[in-house]
Amino acid sequence: MSAAAIAPPLGMLAELTHRCPLACPYCSNPLTLEDRGQELDTAAWARVFLEAAGMGVLQVHLSGGEPASRRDLTQLVIAAHDAGLYTNLITSSIGLDAARLARLKQAGLDHVQLSLQDVDAASADHIAGYPGGHARKLAFARAVVEQGLALTINAVVHRANIERVAAFVEIAASLGAGRVEIAHAQYYGWALRNRQALMPTRAQVDLAMRELEEIRPRYADRLVIDLVVPDYYARRPKACMGGWARRSLNVTPSGRVLPCHAAETIPDLEFWSVREHELPAIWRDSPAFQAFRGTAWMTEPCRSCSLREVDFGGCRCQALALAGDARAADPACELSPHHGRMLALAAQDSAGERIGYVYRGRPARG
Amino acid sequence: MPDNDAANLPEHPRLAPGVRLHFDRTRDAWVLLGPERVIETEGPASEILRRCDGSRTVDQIVDELAGVYNAERAQIAGDVREMLAELVAKRMLAG
Repeated sequence: MSAAAIAPPLGMLAELTHRCPLACPYCSNPLTLEDRGQELDTAAWARVFLEAAGMGVLQVHLSGGEPASRRDLTQLVIAAHDAGLYTNLITSSIGLDAARLARLKQAGLDHVQLSLQDVDAASADHIAGYPGGHARKLAFARAVVEQGLALTINAVVHRANIERVAAFVEIAASLGAGRVEIAHAQYYGWALRNRQALMPTRAQVDLAMRELEEIRPRYADRLVIDLVVPDYYARRPKACMGGWARRSLNVTPSGRVLPCHAAETIPDLEFWSVREHELPAIWRDSPAFQAFRGTAWMTEPCRSCSLREVDFGGCRCQALALAGDARAADPACELSPHHGRMLALAAQDSAGERIGYVYRGRPARG
Repeated sequence: MPDNDAANLPEHPRLAPGVRLHFDRTRDAWVLLGPERVIETEGPASEILRRCDGSRTVDQIVDELAGVYNAERAQIAGDVREMLAELVAKRMLAG
């Protein structure tokens, strides 16, 4: 692929820190977390935001870990906003009060995405591993709406809460959110580690999907409902990241630039850092981004598939984890020779005894 | 059905919280940015969107557009209402 043919990214996930007071068992951070001493400082992030905007990135998602764990969060929002980026804060709300939120709004924050772990407080706090968290989140959501900021509620669904998808939508509407994201857990990183405890049954997934479609029209004039599909039970893979190195990039707390959250699980990929390279060069030339860009890397059945530029072969990390080869078709695809085994794994995990979560950074408990 | 659309349009349209119009220098186009949404606008769309600031009525927006494009008002009115109705359906417009 010639350099001229490489379109610039639209979005950037800025993982400002891996520190987080919560410990959700499906956390998308890697199993090996980067520590505070390695984090990019304010000036380095400001430069990254300028480079991103300069190359065509339109939206930055300020994430973590918990981005509020950064004391310079307001300065970072100012830097991103001044660079011309649409700023989205992805937060658990822990560490943010109404006064700090007002400063973020003043700094130019465009949108807040708040996670809820469940609609039932005791269950939510158990899932997050953080007593009292749910009540604080509800109070924060109200503050977001009161201050006139746009709010999305993000709900990761799995075996412990999947029976309450309709209630998630209702709580989002009652809080005044403009959008709710019902995201079936994606099994990478911590979620893969906790798959036996998280995986819902086929019947639970089918029921949840049906319920969501039934209630959707009721909210048409109030709420955008977005769905991240449960791909262990799918027939076709999702276009992971909209295609590798095609629409977005991910900067880790220490400045490593990844094509997706989980890309570091693929061995032998060479990642470049913003400490050593400018962002446009990383996007265009770094080996990790070039590895699976486009379709030339594909093997069968993807190579000759008519959908190869629709789903881009699905997820590379999932192909590696389940098919043993990052170039293989994502086993979520029914054309993959590993598809049956993926379904069997889901059935087996979901039928197992309920077990305790392995929380990031903490000893296992029930 | 323009009549139904008209009934659902806000009186003084403005972009919903979290939605803003941005000129994308890289792609040389006006884009509408919202939560997890990037909508590229074409032709007169950005002229309409720039006027959705909560101070103008739909009729005022139509009048101004008719002036800018020196076109028949009825035609412009249909286009404006159709576009605003689409944005209402996408929850990107408030009033």
